[in-house]
Amino acid sequence: MRNLIKTFSKYRYLLYQLVKKDIKLKYRSSYLGVFWTLLEPLLTMMVLTLVFSTMYGGSSRDFPVYILTGRLIYSFFSNSTKAALRSIRVNAGMIKKVYVPKYMYPCASIISGYVMFLISLIVLAVVAMARGVYPTRYLLQAVFPLVIVLIMSIGAGLLLATLAVFFRDLEYLWGVALMLLMYACAIFYRVESVSNEANRWIFDYNPLYAVIENFRHAVFGQAMNMTSMVYSLVFSVILFFVGLFVFYKNQDKFILHI
Amino acid sequence: MLETVLSVQNVSVKYRLTEQKVDNLKEYIIKLFQRELRYKDFLALEDVSFSLQKGDRLAIMGLNGAGKSTLLKVIAGVLKASEGKVTKLGKVVPLLELGAGFDSHYTGAENIFLYGAMLGYSKSFLKEKYQAIVDFADLGDFINVPVKNYSSGMRARLGFSIATIVEPDILILDEVLAVGDAKFRQKSEQKILEMVEKGVTVLFVSHSEHQVRKLCTRAILLEKGHLTADGTLDEVLTKYTELTKLS
Repeated sequence: MRNLIKTFSKYRYLLYQLVKKDIKLKYRSSYLGVFWTLLEPLLTMMVLTLVFSTMYGGSSRDFPVYILTGRLIYSFFSNSTKAALRSIRVNAGMIKKVYVPKYMYPCASIISGYVMFLISLIVLAVVAMARGVYPTRYLLQAVFPLVIVLIMSIGAGLLLATLAVFFRDLEYLWGVALMLLMYACAIFYRVESVSNEANRWIFDYNPLYAVIENFRHAVFGQAMNMTSMVYSLVFSVILFFVGLFVFYKNQDKFILHI
Repeated sequence: MLETVLSVQNVSVKYRLTEQKVDNLKEYIIKLFQRELRYKDFLALEDVSFSLQKGDRLAIMGLNGAGKSTLLKVIAGVLKASEGKVTKLGKVVPLLELGAGFDSHYTGAENIFLYGAMLGYSKSFLKEKYQAIVDFADLGDFINVPVKNYSSGMRARLGFSIATIVEPDILILDEVLAVGDAKFRQKSEQKILEMVEKGVTVLFVSHSEHQVRKLCTRAILLEKGHLTADGTLDEVLTKYTELTKLS
């Protein structure tokens, strides 16, 4: 463990460089550059609001804020885990030539996704103000879901990155799993309007929904749901250590498979 | 006072080859149920031991596929030995396939920091040495152009400049002396000789007897993963020449 911290501090600058590279290159060739980070969630929010408020009618004034809170958390988790899953293969050239701690690659993917996610929260702030959702003291609670989702993503990312080295089709399977997860996260519908005795467990046991729920509470000025918070925290910490363990156990074999 | 800077003890590297390449979950499960998952072990290196004193310059000779590159990878830390141990003292700088760690969308200047970070250099160190690296690589305006537009010689020049900006204790060379144009080749040879004079320990893989004689003081010979000779240049080179004649 002490070794781990020592190498981490030695390669801290590399992590910074990798994160910077991810962000810089993502928008390098696009005209609007980093503004896409703001524009993209805004446009999807508009589409979703348009579709779901006309389809189901009776949408409230703050429905776009409701959609955006769920959508931002979900797309951070989805994009960053997908990037982490690919990270070992994408960086195969470097892994074969230069020794660096390999967990740097999935971690850099997650962290760069997180930075862009934090930037995109500006959109949320603007939309919330425009729709009459004003910050309250409960907003401080947002720290909990925001930290939990980061831990969860790193855990899932390390696990997926490891498995993807050995099984290339995992990328497609994970894509399908993420789609399923999206529908189970109550992004564009209200839980009260669909939940019943039979499907209540989906929302009770979905750790990502627990994060979204508490993030919404923070934004809409309600007290935190402690059960959800503790559940998602425990889940994420366990996932983190499982991911770290699996990654460490297998990292020396990566080079034989990429 | 001789100081052992590198010791390789009983190193073996085993590659596990599946008879058919199974790299996806679907096939893996099918094969698992059909009990068709057979493995064949392949020893790229078997029980290799040697050690280097400070200032030794070792040539690693051998035919293609003898395990020379595998050995260098193990020493560089990229590949982990299945058995045995490698102990290193001091800063190891591997010059294997120069510029392989570059991101092709990044400019030369950006790659200096990225690649430098990968080699474990700190930000302040890279900032301080930035100009020296740029000057040595001598790329002119190309330093601000994405690396994907570089020629292979230019890539190698930049890679060489970044990697050799530190004073290494152990230098790993894999036939990179033949890099770039005549002018840069002279410059890089000059730089390597400078380091040699300062007493750096060198590991050098080459097929060229001429280069080996110029640079090295000792040699080992690998044959199919086994260490078959370890001694003076003359002994090992004679044996190597015999080997090339036979085959």
